[in-house]
Amino acid sequence: MIQALFDDVAFTILLTGVLTAASAALLGTFLVVRGQAMLSDAISHGVVFGVAVTFLLSGVAAGPLQLLGAGAAGLLTVLLTEWLAASGKVKRDAATGLVFPALFAAGILLLNLFARDAHVDAHTVLLGEIGFVWLDRVTLLGLSLPRAVVVLGAVLLLNVVYVTLFHKQLTAAAFDPVMARLQGLRPRRMTLGLLALTSLTAVAALDAVGVVLFVAFTITPAVVGRLAARRLPSMLGVALAVGVGAALVGYPLAVRFDLSIGGSMALLTAVPLVPLLLLGPSGALGRRLG
Amino acid sequence: MPSEPLRQLLLDPTVVTVALGALLLGATAGALGTFAVLRRQSLLGDTMSHAALPGVVLGYLLAQGRSLPAMLAGALVTGLAAALLAQLLARRRGVKHEAALGTWLGTGFALGVVLLSLVQHQPGAGSAGLEQFLFGQAAATLRSDLLLIGAIALLSLGLVALLFHRFELVTFDPRFARAGGVAVRVYETLLTLLLAVAIVVGLQLVGVVLMSALVVAPAVAARQLAGSLGAMLWLSAAVGAFSALVGALASAAVPGLSTGPTVVLVATACAALALAFGRRRGVRLEGA
Repeated sequence: MIQALFDDVAFTILLTGVLTAASAALLGTFLVVRGQAMLSDAISHGVVFGVAVTFLLSGVAAGPLQLLGAGAAGLLTVLLTEWLAASGKVKRDAATGLVFPALFAAGILLLNLFARDAHVDAHTVLLGEIGFVWLDRVTLLGLSLPRAVVVLGAVLLLNVVYVTLFHKQLTAAAFDPVMARLQGLRPRRMTLGLLALTSLTAVAALDAVGVVLFVAFTITPAVVGRLAARRLPSMLGVALAVGVGAALVGYPLAVRFDLSIGGSMALLTAVPLVPLLLLGPSGALGRRLG
Repeated sequence: MPSEPLRQLLLDPTVVTVALGALLLGATAGALGTFAVLRRQSLLGDTMSHAALPGVVLGYLLAQGRSLPAMLAGALVTGLAAALLAQLLARRRGVKHEAALGTWLGTGFALGVVLLSLVQHQPGAGSAGLEQFLFGQAAATLRSDLLLIGAIALLSLGLVALLFHRFELVTFDPRFARAGGVAVRVYETLLTLLLAVAIVVGLQLVGVVLMSALVVAPAVAARQLAGSLGAMLWLSAAVGAFSALVGALASAAVPGLSTGPTVVLVATACAALALAFGRRRGVRLEGA
């Protein structure tokens, strides 16, 4: 019965989309509130360098070793950017625009040159292949499950645990890092944890939605949440609903009109922005009506 | 004395076309990137280049085929639309500038991917021609494209030469400029427009994913070496042209090597060298 569910292609694709969207919205909400939204962009690109290097060193294109290796590269991207910006020679935005494209470019070239036959190629890394994730399977508890679902499920669990345990610290560090430090909440450590989880999630979602669409899943639902809600818990709720809703609606829409599945899901996360921008307190219509 | 195969390669009309195109757009992107880096618009450039993808596909659809002018015009429109929407979104309470940029980077790219999948299912449409815009392809430059690329380069660099002192003032000391009666907003808008042009002109060679890096890296390199804005412009243009040329030729020579990543790695290597060995700590207003 359960096995039949996981053998169903449509169910697997939907579940992969929902798990990706949920993890991304969860982390994205904190990143957006903390003013670090674009770190998700840097991390997801940097991860590709890790994927390529891990593959070259170990021949592994999936699994725990890839998660750790590529995840470390995501974190490295942020630290390298910070180091460069702290040197004072380059402003932060230029440091960001220098470091992650270089790591991404290096990763793509390594895949171009040495990984032609592996299932990690430049095209998949960029756009993802959510329509094919059900093909790659692992056996767990006697069930044959799609690997993406297992990995994304585990990562989501990790994200939920982290946010549940540390939401107070994460919020405090977001709104008042100085106060957080004075209260002994270790905001720096909290930030590193958040970025490490973003890296892991970016690796886990790579096969499904690729580098750039992951950014869309991370930032857009959180921004919608920010516009629609005042308090963090309701913002989180809105972001989750938007991300998961977009995945659920995006798939049938993509199938109906024969469109890119990942692209449709990611595009739909932006739909709520239309009324919010037009009608909100300082929106074009809102101003006229008010 | 160049060896015979090398001479043949250098005289090959396709190679000459690719090299000329790369030189022109590398110099343009490099020069205009100077202002982007000084005005801290690197991430805006990234947003505009990703959001250019739907414009490329729309241009293709409207022209009913591969027409570079139509695709670049489309890219310019959607890239600028993303910049405008980001500005609109960042005005809302609680939404920071970079979150607004990230929103339209992701949304623009997603729209591009969806439109790309739409075109691919059209009968007879060569989807391969459009996929080049993701990572760029040196071999895609046609002789007829050179005229357009050259015209854009001439026009935008001519504008910079003409308005050099105004741009300098607006970049370094906008408050002084405003006090002096300069229409700062007009020149700032013009500079953002030129950034969009710089990005759009290189899309075919470098691709939407990495084009912003070709705008940023040469300027970062030049900033470590130059003492004035004028010198930085020239140096940045030279680094941009060099990176584009080397990257384009290398990717044309080695099959399977994507052009965009190759170009960006060369430019980043230049920036890394300049950062390690350059002595200057940035460009200031001349006479200040």
